[in-house]
Amino acid sequence: MSVTFRSRSDDTPILECRNLSVTYSGRRGDVPAVVDFNLTLMRGEAHGLVGESGCGKSTIALAIMRYLGVSGRITGGQILFQGRDLLSLDAAELRQVRGADIAMIYQEPMASLNPSLTIGEQLIEVPMCHEAVSRREATKRARAMLERVRLADGDRMMRSYPHQLSGGQQQRIVIAMALLSHPKLLLLDEPTTALDVTVEAGIVDLIRDISAEFGTSMLYISHNLGLVRETCDRMTVMYCGQPVEVGRVQSVFSRMRHPYTRGLFAAIPSLGADKNTRPLTAIAGQLPAPGERPAGCAFGPRCASFVAGRCDQGTIPLAKVDALTGHVSRCVRVDEIDWLAEPPPREQRSTDVLSESVVSVSALTKRYQQVSANDGLSFEVNRGETVALVGESGCGKSTFARILMGLVQATSGSVTLSRVELSQLPVTKRSMKTIRSLQMIFQNPFDTLNPSHTIGAQIARVIRRLGIERDEARIRARVLELLDLVKLPRQFADRRPRQLSGGQKQRVGIARAFAGKPAVVVADEPVSALDVSVQAAITELLIDMQRREGTTLLFISHDLSVVRYLADRVVVMYLGQIMEQGRTQEVFAPPYHPYTEALLAAVPVADQNMLKRKVLLGGEMPSASQPPPGCRFSTRCSYRISGVCDVLAPPNQEFASGHRIACHLPREHLLAMQPVFREASQKTDYVS
Amino acid sequence: MNALIQQTREHRRSWMTPAQLIGALLLIVWVPLMAYVMFHQALGIAAPYVLLPSVPAVLALYVMAIYHWRESWVAVLGVTLVCFWLLVAVTVPYLPLLDPNKPLVPLALPGALKHGMSFMLGSDMRGRDVLSRTLWGCQRVLVWGITATSVAYVVGVGLGLIGGYLSGWWDEAVTFVGNVLLSFPVMVLFILVLNVLGQSGFNIIIAVTFSSAPIIMRIVRGLAMQEKSRDYIQAAQTRGESALWIMVMELLPNIRGPLIVDACLRLGYTTVAITTLTFLGLGLQPPDPDWGLMIKEAAPVALLWKYSYMLLVPSLAVTSLILGFNLTADGLREMSQRD
Repeated sequence: MSVTFRSRSDDTPILECRNLSVTYSGRRGDVPAVVDFNLTLMRGEAHGLVGESGCGKSTIALAIMRYLGVSGRITGGQILFQGRDLLSLDAAELRQVRGADIAMIYQEPMASLNPSLTIGEQLIEVPMCHEAVSRREATKRARAMLERVRLADGDRMMRSYPHQLSGGQQQRIVIAMALLSHPKLLLLDEPTTALDVTVEAGIVDLIRDISAEFGTSMLYISHNLGLVRETCDRMTVMYCGQPVEVGRVQSVFSRMRHPYTRGLFAAIPSLGADKNTRPLTAIAGQLPAPGERPAGCAFGPRCASFVAGRCDQGTIPLAKVDALTGHVSRCVRVDEIDWLAEPPPREQRSTDVLSESVVSVSALTKRYQQVSANDGLSFEVNRGETVALVGESGCGKSTFARILMGLVQATSGSVTLSRVELSQLPVTKRSMKTIRSLQMIFQNPFDTLNPSHTIGAQIARVIRRLGIERDEARIRARVLELLDLVKLPRQFADRRPRQLSGGQKQRVGIARAFAGKPAVVVADEPVSALDVSVQAAITELLIDMQRREGTTLLFISHDLSVVRYLADRVVVMYLGQIMEQGRTQEVFAPPYHPYTEALLAAVPVADQNMLKRKVLLGGEMPSASQPPPGCRFSTRCSYRISGVCDVLAPPNQEFASGHRIACHLPREHLLAMQPVFREASQKTDYVS
Repeated sequence: MNALIQQTREHRRSWMTPAQLIGALLLIVWVPLMAYVMFHQALGIAAPYVLLPSVPAVLALYVMAIYHWRESWVAVLGVTLVCFWLLVAVTVPYLPLLDPNKPLVPLALPGALKHGMSFMLGSDMRGRDVLSRTLWGCQRVLVWGITATSVAYVVGVGLGLIGGYLSGWWDEAVTFVGNVLLSFPVMVLFILVLNVLGQSGFNIIIAVTFSSAPIIMRIVRGLAMQEKSRDYIQAAQTRGESALWIMVMELLPNIRGPLIVDACLRLGYTTVAITTLTFLGLGLQPPDPDWGLMIKEAAPVALLWKYSYMLLVPSLAVTSLILGFNLTADGLREMSQRD
C-alpha cells in the first residue's frame, strides 16, 4: 500500500493554492471553471485530484503552469510555489520555473515528444539547457534516467524515434524527461488514460516510487478513483470546479462524507460483485451546464439528501470530518446524514440463458498481409447471454467484431448466426433478415451519430431501412417509443447530436441498435469514453434493454470491472488468440491463465475491502506481425517453461464445463493458483 | 402505440426550415437571372419581367446574411459587396440607363452632359456609356462565373466522393485523371479547350470545370477519407446502406463547411479567369458588355491619363466583386471556427 506517512523536514509547502478561482470568458459571457480551490502540497507528497470531465481538474493544473491561454484568467486567490507567488512572475522567471521546478505530464505521450528527433537528443537537451552541463555528462544522465524509469535496452532507446516505441515506453520517456530537470513538483494529467491496463499498472508503479526516490511532490489528476487510491497520499474530490471532499486517501475511502463521493463510488463496478447481486447506481440528473451553477451546493439538484432552504442557499463551507487528518467535506448536512445506512435494497435479478447457440465461431482466422489479427478463434454464444471479449489493444477483439458485422471478410474459419455462414459475406450481400438481427453499438459517443441529421431522422432511417415500419406516422411513433425506452425526452427527436451530452448520444446509439429488435447486439466498448457516473447509467440501460428484448449481447471491452459486472461468460484474448474462456465467476477465480491473472492484478481497485495480490508482467506486447512461436504469451509469462511454451502451441485444458485455459502448465499447478483478490478482514463503515 | 400514432399524425412540421427558405430564395434569384442572360431570345416578350421577383429575394437574402454574420465584420463587408453586384445584376434592366451597346457621344468625360444625356462615368471611344456598360457587364460575369463554378463543383464533389469513399481502384482512376489535368498550366488548358470547342459561354463552363474540378476533387477526397473512418459511417454500413446513400446523405453534409468556404474563394478565381479570357478575346464575345472586354478595349486609349476612367471603372468593379467573394470566404471560415 502506498499510503504511508512520510516524515517531512521542511515546513514550507511545495505548492499552496489559496482560494484559487479561474474563469473562462467566451462569447456567452464568463464561465467560472474553478471556484475557491485550496490545496497544500508538502515535499514528497502525492495529491490526487478526482472528478468527472468538466469539474475543473485540468484547469487547476493549467493555472499552476500559467498555461490558461487567451480565454482563461485567474480571477482570485494565490498560487504559492515554495512560498513564491507564481502569479507575480514575469515571462522569463516563469519559463525558468516551468522547466526546472514544475513539470507536467499529459495524457498523450506522443503529443509531448518531438517526432523528428531521437529520444536521446530530446533527453540530452534537458540537462544541457537547464544546467548547462557538457554533452557527455548530459548523455550519461539521460542514460541513467532511462534505467530509473525501468526502460530496458537503454542504448537502443536513445537511438529510437518516438514512433518506434509503444505507448507505455513513450510515457516512461516523458516521465524521464520531466525528472531529468529535478522538478520539485510534477503535475500528472491523466497520465495513463490512453494506455492499456497492464501498461498502466507499470506506469502507476513507477509514479508511486518517484516521490519516494526523488522526493518529488505530485499532483495527480485522474477520473479513476482506484488509481488515486493506489498512488496518492491525499486527495481532493472535485465537482463543478469546487473541492467537495478533501482528506487523506485512506480516510476518504473509508469514511466518505460527501454524497457526490459516495455517488461516484456506487457508480463504479467492483470486482467482487456482478449485475445480479449489486446493481450499479448512477448519480441522478446531469452535470449543470457551464455557467449555470446552482445556488448553494452545486451538487444539490442531484443529491438524495437534498433539503430545500438549506442546501440551496449561500455558500457551503468545507466542514470538518476529522480534524486530525484534515478530512473535510463541503456538505451542510455532514453531521445529519446517516452515512452508515444501507442503500435501499435493489431487486435481485437473474438472467435467463437458453442453451441454444446463436453465434458460433470456429477456427476463425483473419490475416492482414503479415499480421494475424485473429488466429483460430472458437467459441459459442447462447441466446440471451452476455459474452464479453476482453483483451488489451491489438488483441484482435475489434477485428472479430468487424468480421461478424461484415465490414471485413475472414481469411478462413467460420462464424455463423443462427446457422447462416457469415465469415465470407460482406454486409452488402447479406439478407435483410441477417442485417436486422445483427446490430452494433459503437465506442465513441461523439462519432456514433451523424452530426448533420436530427436524432429522430437518424433513428427513423434505421426503422425505414430495416423495413420494420413503412407508414410515416408509425415510424415517427416508433422513434418516440424508442426514445422513451432509452429514457430520453421526446423533444430530442428534433435535436441535433451537438446539442446532446456524451451519455445522451450513447443512449441514442443504443436506441438505434435496438430499433430493429435485433437478435444479437455487438457493443464495442460502449462505455469506455464516458464519465464514471454516466457509465453506470448506460451500463444499466444496456442491461435493461437486453432483458426486455431478450437480446444476446456481445460485449467488447478492455475494462475488467465492467466485464465482471456485466458478462455471463468471458473470452480472454491476447494477440489474436483465445487464452481462456468460461463463465465469468470461473474466469475471475482460480485456476487462471497466467495472462488473465496479470490482467486482473493490473486493475486499479477503489474498494477498501479488497486486497490485491501483486503480479508482475514483464516486457512489451510483441508485434502482431511476428507473433512468438508456441504460446503467444510465453514472452511475458512468469511461469514460462523453457523449451515447451516457446515451441509448442498450448493445449486447451478444460476445467469446469466450458471453462477452458490454453496453457502448458500442469493441471495441478493451475488449480493451486491463489486468488488475485481477497476480501480484507478489516471492515470499513462503507456498505455498498 | 395507436394513440401515439394518432398523436404523431396530428403533429405538424413547421412550414419551412431556415435552410429550405435560403434555398428557395437562391433559386428565385438564380433561375431568372440565368434564363435572362443565357436564353434571352427564348424568353421573348416575357424577358423584361422575369427578373422582377429576384429583386426582393436578393434583399431578403442580404438582410438574413447580415443578421446571421453580424459578428464578423469581414463577412459583412464581403456579403455587402457580393449582394451589391447581385442586386445590380437583377435590377439593371429597370434602371434609367443609356443603352450600353449604342454609340452615342465618343470620349465624353465623366460627369459630362451632352445632347441632353448625362454620362456620369463618361463614355468610351465608340461613344458608349461606361456606367451602363459596367452595370450590365456584371450580369454576364456573375452568371457565367457562378454557373461555371457550380458545374465544376458538382463534377469535383462527385469524383472526390467516389475517390475518397470507394477508394481502391476507383480512387486510383479518379486521382490519375485529376493529376493529368492538373499538370497543364491553367491558361494553356483554357486556350486549348476554347480553341478546340469554339468560343462561347458554355465552353467557358467546360474549361473552368476542367481546371477547377480536379482541385475540388482533391479537397473532397481528402475530407471524405478523413470522415469515412468515423463510427456513424460504419453504423450506416452495418445497416446495409448503399454506397451512394452513404456518400450523398451521410458524408456530404458533414464536409460541407470547408467546401462552402472553398466555393466562395473559387468564385473569385473563376471571375478572374473569365475576365482574363475575355480580355484575351476568348470566350464571351462582343458586343454585349463585359468587364474583361471593357478593359481590353480601353487599354490603348487609357494610356492617356485623361481617359484612364475607361480602364479604372471596370477594373474596380471586377476587383470589388472578387474582394467580396474572398472576404465572404474569410468571414465564413472565421465564423465556423468560433463555434
